Amino acid sequence: MDLLNNLALGFSVASSLANMAFCLIGVILGTLIGVLPGIGATATIAMLLPITFQLEPVSSLIMLAGIYYGAQYGGSTTAILINMPGESSSAVTAIDGYQMARKGRAGTALATAAIGSFFAGTVATFLVAIFAPPLTTIALKFGAAEYFSLMVMGLVMSVALAHGSVLKALAMVVLGLLLGLVGTDIYTGAPRFTLGITQYADGLNFVALAVGVFGIAEILRNLEDEHDREVMTKNINRLFPTREELRQMVGPVLRGTAVGSVLGILPGGGAILASFASYTVEKKISKHPEEFGKGALAGVAGPESANNAGAQTSFIPLLTLGIPANPVMALMIGAMIIQGIVPGPNVVTEQPALFWGIIASMWIGNLMLVVLNLPLIGLWVKLLTVPYYILFPIIMAMCSIGVYSVASNTFDLYAVAFFGLLGYLMSKLRCEPAPLLLGFVLGPLLEENLRRAMILSRGDPTTFITRPISATLLLLTAAVLVLVFLPQIRKRRDEVFTESDA
Amino acid sequence: MSAKPKDRTDIATGLLLMAAAVFFGWQTMGLEIGTSLRMGPGYFPMVLSGLLFLLGLLVFLKAFGREDEPFGKVAWRGMAFILPAPVFFGLTVRGLGFVPALFLAALIAAQASTRLKPLHGLVLAVIVTIASTLIFSYGLGLPFRRFGPWLQF
Repeated sequence: MDLLNNLALGFSVASSLANMAFCLIGVILGTLIGVLPGIGATATIAMLLPITFQLEPVSSLIMLAGIYYGAQYGGSTTAILINMPGESSSAVTAIDGYQMARKGRAGTALATAAIGSFFAGTVATFLVAIFAPPLTTIALKFGAAEYFSLMVMGLVMSVALAHGSVLKALAMVVLGLLLGLVGTDIYTGAPRFTLGITQYADGLNFVALAVGVFGIAEILRNLEDEHDREVMTKNINRLFPTREELRQMVGPVLRGTAVGSVLGILPGGGAILASFASYTVEKKISKHPEEFGKGALAGVAGPESANNAGAQTSFIPLLTLGIPANPVMALMIGAMIIQGIVPGPNVVTEQPALFWGIIASMWIGNLMLVVLNLPLIGLWVKLLTVPYYILFPIIMAMCSIGVYSVASNTFDLYAVAFFGLLGYLMSKLRCEPAPLLLGFVLGPLLEENLRRAMILSRGDPTTFITRPISATLLLLTAAVLVLVFLPQIRKRRDEVFTESDA
Repeated sequence: MSAKPKDRTDIATGLLLMAAAVFFGWQTMGLEIGTSLRMGPGYFPMVLSGLLFLLGLLVFLKAFGREDEPFGKVAWRGMAFILPAPVFFGLTVRGLGFVPALFLAALIAAQASTRLKPLHGLVLAVIVTIASTLIFSYGLGLPFRRFGPWLQF
């Protein structure tokens, strides 16, 4: 009954009054920013990240988890009510959710999203609690070569799951890796790419990069074309679904949870793939496939559950291996490192309260979402009607304070402006920011493990293919690369992403 | 205009990627490369720069023979006012102090929209400054000087 004991420990940490309060604040703030049109979960978390740094590690990560769920739910709300998904994972929800809203079933769509997410979140939380500890024992056997190969796999997977050109996504990964190397070389102390600026000797600030590339670039994109939005506020019917609707929901939610849980573990952004996969599955097995795209309940219930389950299980690679599976997890890892926690297999043994506290707080965050967001939906909808030009000066002020508060380094603020420009340029050139962020976070780790592996093998590069785990991982990586470049798969992949854009 | 189709966006992307690769490669020149057994600080960056150049070249070459997609509008006004806001905050937060620096940064950012009237922008900046000062300086107790040395007479 180790599991129950551990979960009990987790809940005792997470349900302390202070931590519950931080979780609640996180959920509210996350929804508040996440509900703003055009701002996705990643951008929301990037902007709110600095606020959590003032807290102690456990509370800060719990608050961050709250922000994450709030942001995700906020994103679904925007997708359903104004057909403006902030992120590719809620793009699928927008297809049928918005149609439901137009038919006057916005309330049902919102409730379906919340209930599906909550169920999926509950199941996935248990999965994390069950599978994370045994995986850490495997992870402890990982040497430098295995870590290197695993990270290469994660990066390649993130490329495969990104929108658009594979070549450009690969280039973004490499650019991210190079940006991650800025600063002092850990072995020799030689400064690299700092242009002689000593303030960058500790590397480029991770928060500055995330806020710039995601947050500020989003604001600029929204300023391209200022127009009024059509908000489906009048059409919010009763919130609670009827018995008939609940019955229709069961199947999609269960299947979505299963699909999402499995795909979420994959490194490289499985949660995004999960909502697409679930939508395709529901459409295939539905008795009325013609309803999809015109407001099918299953088209909201399935993807939303899959998305949330995937989001939850993507904590598994993070907590056990210290490898982020997607940009959001990359932000989490950044937050952990700033708090002085080195994510990886040792966290579970050295800081069990932290480890299990985070797992328990995931569930509490989910619960708060249902309890808080459904009754407050009227308030969030009002927020959608606040004009954008009022919001972005506020967001800019928050970003400036947030980035500066991390290290009181004014050069971080200059970096924010630079990365904002870079992020906007990238979006104009149709390059995805997510692989860049993953590359940036993994850059130093990748180099360190490469160097260590080569020293351990006395300069023999075959170490990566003679060690079985490492060889398997590299083989999988090669397979993914080949698949992505195969003409048929490529066409199929383009179709999937085009469908979501429509 | 030439008859052959080409994707101008990708031509630009490829060229910029190659330029970035050259910049990083040039910066690694001063670093010790080392051997694959004992890699110097320049080894990994050098490999990455080469890879980036190669990818940039491929993006560039593949741009020919393909139709261009519309580039869309560019948020010039947004860039002109949004990007300087954090820079200005950074330049003045030590000297002027937190409160005036934030007020001016918010005021600059507010100019990015054509829809916000000047007076409303001013009011908004005042509200943002007061709220942030209360939340971050008094509430969270962040160690910023509210008014800096430039304002002490």
